[in-house]
Amino acid sequence: MALYSKEFEVKARDFDSAGEVSSNLRAILKQLSLAPDIVRRSCIVCYEAEMNIIIHSYGGTIKIEIFEDRIRIIAEDTGPGIEDIELAMKEGYSTAPEEIREMGFGAGMGLPNIKANSDFMDIKSSKDGTVVVAEILF
Amino acid sequence: MLAVKLREIKEILEAQVLLGEEKLEEEVFTACGADLMSDVLASRDEKAVLLTGLTNVQVVRTAEVVGDIKCIIFVRGKSPGDDVLEQAKKAGLVVMKTKYPLYIACGLLYSNGLTCRSGEKNGALQ
Repeated sequence: MALYSKEFEVKARDFDSAGEVSSNLRAILKQLSLAPDIVRRSCIVCYEAEMNIIIHSYGGTIKIEIFEDRIRIIAEDTGPGIEDIELAMKEGYSTAPEEIREMGFGAGMGLPNIKANSDFMDIKSSKDGTVVVAEILF
Repeated sequence: MLAVKLREIKEILEAQVLLGEEKLEEEVFTACGADLMSDVLASRDEKAVLLTGLTNVQVVRTAEVVGDIKCIIFVRGKSPGDDVLEQAKKAGLVVMKTKYPLYIACGLLYSNGLTCRSGEKNGALQ
């Protein structure tokens, strides 16, 4: 049973709002007086997940669940899905267009960054959309 | 590794302070330079100053997410938009701009003692 649970909407191509969910998460975690490293890792995971939804999908949600011993971040979107998850997990592999790269993203580090900063990660993707679940243990 | 005051950084880079003039006495130990925010997020090193040629709001968001960045320095004489400064103000960041390109700006700070604090040798991925 989650001690805290909240869902945020993330709109496709809404670059101005990118990072807002992560900012919210930081504020929530700071109130809980969690270790700075846990806060940092959770925010990075959340931010990359947000960017992925904004860049690659038709829109989706990020759900934050806080348990006694962990934070779970669930990023769910509708969209074209990830064709080759193994390839997408490779650092530097990106399908992001040039305009995204000009914004400082689309470097092919999103999913690898999520993996590097979480203790558990799972991706399920089909032609209808993608669900990424990541957990950070306390 | 030396403690360097933000005021000294301003002088070394002949920078213009766009935000946070009152915080220039704060000391920092580390810095990083990147135009790809994904690389900043990927780095596990502690970093207190971010030098970049990217001027959009994602730079501030990235600084917020990383958490330990106190100061953003825009290089090559680039100026951020008002939306970026507004966001940086909310985040309590110091913002400067310098005419130097990224490579030179980083080199000047590094040679003045602002290196990096890392388990990895000089921040290199192994």
